[in-house]
Amino acid sequence: MSWPILSLVTFLPLVGVAAILFARGDDAAADNYARWTALWTTLATFILSLFVLFGFQSGLSGFQFTETHDWVPGLFGYRMGVDGISMPFVILTTFLMPLCILASWYVTKRVKEYMIAFLVLETLMIGVFCALDLVLFYLFFEAGLIPMFLIIGVWGGPRRVYASFKFFLYTLLGSVLMLLAVIAMYWHTGTTDIEKLLALNPGFPAGMQIWLWLAFFASFAVKMPMWPVHTWLPDAHVEAPTAGSVILAAILLKMGGYGFLRFSLPMFPDASLYFQPLVYVLSLIAIVYTSLVALMQEDMKKLIAYSSVAHMGFVTMGIFSMTRQGVDGAVFQMVSHGLVSGALFLCVGVIYDRMHTREIAAYGGLVNRMPLYAAVFMLFTMANVGLPGTSGFVGEFLTILGAYQSSSWVAFFAATGVILSAGYALWLYRRVVYGVLDKPALAHIPDMTPRELMTLGPLLLLTLYYGVHPTPILDVVGPSVENLLKSVQAAAAASQQAAAVLIK
Amino acid sequence: MSLLQSADALAALPEIVLALSAMALLMLGVFRKKGAADTVTSLSVLALLVAGLLVMVMNSGTTLQAAFAGAFLVDSFARVMKMLAIFGSAVAIVLSWQFMRRENLASFEYPVLILLATLGMMMMISANDLISLYMGLELQSLALYVVAAINRDNAKSSEAGLKYFVLGSLSSGMLLYGASLVYGFTGTTAFPLIKNVILSGGSSLGLIFGLVFVIAGLAFKVSAVPFHMWTPDVYEGAPTPVTAFFAAAPKLAAMALFTRVMVSAFPGITPQWQQILVFVAIASMALGAFAAIGQTNIKRLLAYSSIGHMGYALVGLAAGSVEGVRGVVIYMLIYVLTTLGVFACVLAMRRNGKYVENIADLAGLARTNRGLAFVFSMLMFSLAGIPVLAGFFAKLFVFLAAIKAGLLTLAIIGVIASVVSAFYYLRIVKIIYFDEPVAAFDAMDAEVKMVAYASGAFALLFAVFARPLTDLATVAALSLF
Repeated sequence: MSWPILSLVTFLPLVGVAAILFARGDDAAADNYARWTALWTTLATFILSLFVLFGFQSGLSGFQFTETHDWVPGLFGYRMGVDGISMPFVILTTFLMPLCILASWYVTKRVKEYMIAFLVLETLMIGVFCALDLVLFYLFFEAGLIPMFLIIGVWGGPRRVYASFKFFLYTLLGSVLMLLAVIAMYWHTGTTDIEKLLALNPGFPAGMQIWLWLAFFASFAVKMPMWPVHTWLPDAHVEAPTAGSVILAAILLKMGGYGFLRFSLPMFPDASLYFQPLVYVLSLIAIVYTSLVALMQEDMKKLIAYSSVAHMGFVTMGIFSMTRQGVDGAVFQMVSHGLVSGALFLCVGVIYDRMHTREIAAYGGLVNRMPLYAAVFMLFTMANVGLPGTSGFVGEFLTILGAYQSSSWVAFFAATGVILSAGYALWLYRRVVYGVLDKPALAHIPDMTPRELMTLGPLLLLTLYYGVHPTPILDVVGPSVENLLKSVQAAAAASQQAAAVLIK
Repeated sequence: MSLLQSADALAALPEIVLALSAMALLMLGVFRKKGAADTVTSLSVLALLVAGLLVMVMNSGTTLQAAFAGAFLVDSFARVMKMLAIFGSAVAIVLSWQFMRRENLASFEYPVLILLATLGMMMMISANDLISLYMGLELQSLALYVVAAINRDNAKSSEAGLKYFVLGSLSSGMLLYGASLVYGFTGTTAFPLIKNVILSGGSSLGLIFGLVFVIAGLAFKVSAVPFHMWTPDVYEGAPTPVTAFFAAAPKLAAMALFTRVMVSAFPGITPQWQQILVFVAIASMALGAFAAIGQTNIKRLLAYSSIGHMGYALVGLAAGSVEGVRGVVIYMLIYVLTTLGVFACVLAMRRNGKYVENIADLAGLARTNRGLAFVFSMLMFSLAGIPVLAGFFAKLFVFLAAIKAGLLTLAIIGVIASVVSAFYYLRIVKIIYFDEPVAAFDAMDAEVKMVAYASGAFALLFAVFARPLTDLATVAALSLF
């Protein structure tokens, strides 16, 4: 490996930060310069990340593009690499960032700082998915709080202070326990190298696994977010600016699922089996209960936020079904949710920019004035519901399929969630887009601009493409998932054997 | 050189240089009278730099050197801590320069007192005997009592000095009482001999009784709960640059002394002092986290914050292992270097020629002074222990030690306290970044700006240079075992 391509992709956005920092002045020209620099930087990062995408050998299950450097010898190192599970998230991040910059083109408040915050956030998010060292992972994972805190707090809505503090402290509390678990793992094994920890044989003792699993669960469950620690998400979403919501829903939430796949399942297989019922119950409550809550929302962003919690319920259910279909489906669902929920927040942003309200009751009959918008919004609503032919369907179907193998009741309740999601999503669509356009404020609302279409267009194409042709993602994910499940299945077999011995 | 063995003099050369220059500068100040303050100030910084340089080059080849019949020890631990203490004092003098002039406090006594306090600190750091320990501690404390009340026409400053003096002498008394008990039950004052006596079965209830008093005295000096009461008042009452000085070097020296006493004199009864330190650490972290929430004065808030930070450093010491001491060294290094930056930021809070101290005065700083706002916020995130910033690594290393030593409860309480304390650090960031701006601050003095920015850069880039500093701390920690 001649080029440290992952480090380049990760740290390229910081070059953009430097370029913006060195620009003087506070006038409109400087703001424009910041916007264009941010856009070009994110585009360059995306193009560079395509080398990762096309250079990736999808038949292999191990890590690729690995880089290793000494950092603090004997303690932790700088190790980067991607496998089939993390690679899609790297691409998802680099792909969404230019769209986020485009979506915030008309932010006028402190543009320079805004762009810097987003670029720093991009570095940290890519870093989370590339890190192959526990401490490095934790560093990226936690540091992302700082830019997100500022994004919500500075550019957010009226209750931004409350939302940003809640977001920060909730997530921090979850994560510090994970840090202690990381330290405990280090003292047990003498390394923080994720590759070595994954290959650890024998793994952690079963009693220790329980505690480590719980500590990691505290962090990832908050990040996911799972019921009942999801309450920070609606607040953060409602107050964050549009692009902030997109990043939050599309990428930050995926870190939780990614963490389960990278750490909880393969490193603590016994504990994962032990806690499988707990995760199932929490996932089902998330799916059914938050869908019901979403039905009653009057704020569009809040509704989509609750629907995100419900969709993440499918992800956790799929991951902990510990079947090939379930885990494949979970990864697919995360990527698809990244596209769809990101697009939905952008859709809300489109009409919010015009009317400066997110209240559902303030809209109605938009199809009369905005036919193009109605069509785009329709498609993403359908994808959110999980209509076959959109990417949303594949993920939900696979996760339910996976859950069915371990418990048909779990699959049954999860399937009711699909019906409920149709309920809230279609009802939202009907109230906003259909009906009579009788509100005077809406009488002259213009349709989508080319810029808005440009941000939503790529998402739309990918949602449809992956809906009918999911194999590109599944082929990449498959081998790594199979490899991951080996350790879990070994643990399951061992525990069955132990049970059998006891019965004799 | 009949009085002194030349080897002894050589080992203590930096201290001797500092003592002589302090006396010479005192003379200079007395005889020059008018206008001596500036000269003495700059010369005292020079003296500190020379002393620091001597610490760095002297005996750097040998790993350990005892002098004065073993009462004075120059090992890697001492060297690292001394350099940091000298650096902290020098920066504190530099920070105070403009402040003292503006507030009509410029006097030649101030830098001389700081030199003497620094001399005391160096003595403390090298002390390997209960007597040299007490000598260093008192030299430092006496100078600090006066410095705290340097603004003698101000009631608050005088109150701070008096409070510090009364409580400080009480704690010195306790320490002395404890030391006499330790001597009485072991028959020696030298740390290595105390260690040998205990290891050969000489541990007794009376000795532990004495140890408790010694710990109480030392806990007062590092302002750990329940001996922290003086801290908020002294921090608030003393002039800001004096507070900056108090927060950095003396804390470091006291923590170094604490570490050396525990690790090199009492390793035989580690479980006994460990439980005391666990309690003190938990109480300090908790108080530091909760009591700072309601503060409106930035200096008072930083006082509670420093109480909390001493709690974290004690987590490392409570582990009582090489990793623990390494954690303490790294923690104090990062604490001193970021605290100086924070106080430089506080010194930049000057409006229409007057220094302001309320947190609310920072409102909207992000729009009136971007650079200062960024540095201030990064230092706050660092103190809160958020990754990539230096403060995270400080906490990481002490918790590494605590988990290895099996102090799981302590570690869990510690991280939860750090989440609580994150709240008030975030509040400052919120005021700086989210609130509407009030009037801008006056232009920053060049040296204040330099210290603030350098400290901010250190906090931000520590991750990159983690390796040499960790290596340094490891060498220092190993020299104690």
